[in-house]
Amino acid sequence: MISAIEAHDLGVRYGAVPALDGVTLRVDAGRVTALIGMNGSGKSTLFKAIMGLVRPHSGEVRIGGLTPGAARRRGLISYVPQNEAVDWTFPTSVRDVVMLGRYGHQGFTRRPRRADHAAVADALAQVELTDLADRQIGQLSGGQKKRAFVARGIAQGAHVLLLDEPFAGVDKRSEATITRLLRELAADGRTIFTSTHDLHGLPQLADEAVLLKGHVLLHGTVEDVLQPHQLARAFGLETHSLTAVASLDGVA
Amino acid sequence: MSADPDLLDLILEPLQYEFMVRALVTTIIAAVLCAVLSCWLVLVGWSLMGDAVSHAVLPGVVIAYIAGIPFVIGALGFGVLAVVAIGAISATSRVKEDAAIGIVFTTLFALGLVLISVTPSQTDLNHIIFGNILGVSETDLAQVAGLAAVGLVVLLLKRRDLTLYAFDPIHCHALGISTRRLRSLLLGMLALTAVVSLQVVGVVLVVAMLIIPGATAYLLTDRFRRMLLIAPVTSVACSVAGIYLSYWIDAASGGLVVVVQGSAFFLVYLLSPRHGLLAKWRSHGSESRAIPSHSAPVTPP
Ligand SMILES: Nc1ncnc2c1ncn2[C@@H]1O[C@H](COP(=O)(O)OP(=O)(O)OP(=O)(O)O)[C@@H](O)[C@H]1O
Ligand SMILES: [Mg+2]
Repeated sequence: MISAIEAHDLGVRYGAVPALDGVTLRVDAGRVTALIGMNGSGKSTLFKAIMGLVRPHSGEVRIGGLTPGAARRRGLISYVPQNEAVDWTFPTSVRDVVMLGRYGHQGFTRRPRRADHAAVADALAQVELTDLADRQIGQLSGGQKKRAFVARGIAQGAHVLLLDEPFAGVDKRSEATITRLLRELAADGRTIFTSTHDLHGLPQLADEAVLLKGHVLLHGTVEDVLQPHQLARAFGLETHSLTAVASLDGVA
Repeated sequence: MSADPDLLDLILEPLQYEFMVRALVTTIIAAVLCAVLSCWLVLVGWSLMGDAVSHAVLPGVVIAYIAGIPFVIGALGFGVLAVVAIGAISATSRVKEDAAIGIVFTTLFALGLVLISVTPSQTDLNHIIFGNILGVSETDLAQVAGLAAVGLVVLLLKRRDLTLYAFDPIHCHALGISTRRLRSLLLGMLALTAVVSLQVVGVVLVVAMLIIPGATAYLLTDRFRRMLLIAPVTSVACSVAGIYLSYWIDAASGGLVVVVQGSAFFLVYLLSPRHGLLAKWRSHGSESRAIPSHSAPVTPP
């Protein structure tokens, strides 16, 4: 089963503000694809469009050939939110959060069955949070929090994992753990699509990368995307190092 | 009256009056329903909305009274009207949501007051505003019990979905569970609960029963399941204490129910072992002692 994300001529506006325009993109299953772009380039908006949280004014999104709505109802999509989007004081444990991934598998009252408990235990073990499972969710480190939400996607059995800046506020060691985890999940056949600002970690993390600036500037291998003149197009020329390298390349 | 200071007598004496028994039973029922709902309201951040809806149902209740239909129908109608109006005003104008809430609920509440003033037999209706727990009839009690049973069953059956909605509406959406439906469910429950608690504390103070128990429980535990137990237990204890106090010192029962609840919250706010003020001071004190005043600057990699 190959679940890939496809976008055709996708356009999203917030009122009069265009956030995405003519985005055409295919994200393959079994790979880690990184989404790169400066603040406001539309990364979160692209995730929202894939999940059907915003209605595009043009174009369409397909997940494994299905509309976002149909893909959601089948539990194919899981989303790891940006840090700011979560209420970390919520009275819930790590285990309870992972159990939220099972709701699509459960009946009217979402009463967990043995299979659900087993899936949660497996997912916790996979992200190495078994020992912390009964902690309140806010009492984890930045990296552990991210892993808890990834575990939720694993327990859900999602084919597509969308991660919005999973490395923000995460130290190097946790970053390595999450990277390894995402690579394992991709090797497992899942589609991993993650935004990141960490260009140094990109070669270890991703098989390919997408440069975004309201539309797709470039979709290629990590090597292609990390070319200084490509980064200069995506991020502008304001940083010193980029200007220096770009001028060497004859772009400036 | 007997001057026997025996506590048991103090407790048992009021129970020989049927009106007191009905008052206590009604209070306990309303307290449980309000407290259970309040757990979600506090976490979703709907305290203001709870205030708004519980006030806005007043004209609905008055119209239902005039038309001779069940109060809950009028209340639901106006509760929904209030929420729709608030949403529409904040979405389609530059007025922010808190202002929209303030405008809509005060206007509807005022409309209710006007309707009461032009309706014959005002005494009955004034009780809606301040509560009339000592005047609960058999029929009132039956209605309250029926509504509360419906509310509790719905809330407990859907408790996991409501908690998911409160914690992570985006994940809720990602699973294909309708957030709009859960929101509507919560709002419907809010209107129903407002009607159930009218008798006890009245429209003006319902919001206290809808916020304080959940907030109190939130300070006492890190598990939602436990909140769902702690909130009703504290709420029932405080409400019953309030009713007794009002009997002993002959003061406003609705007011005393809320005063006792608020006092209990304040105690918990100070003394809660986990999230109380004292516990915080103590842990902050030890933290600041643990951190050296001249910490080494973090060197970039
Ligand atoms: N709710 C909103 N209402 C109006 N405009 C918005 C909204 N959300 C995003 N935008 C605008 O849409 C554009 C894309 O925003 P988006 O959040 O998708 O960027 P991003 O790439 O995720 O940025 P960041 O790196 O800061 O997270 C920006 O110009 C932003 O100002
Ligand atoms: Mg973003």
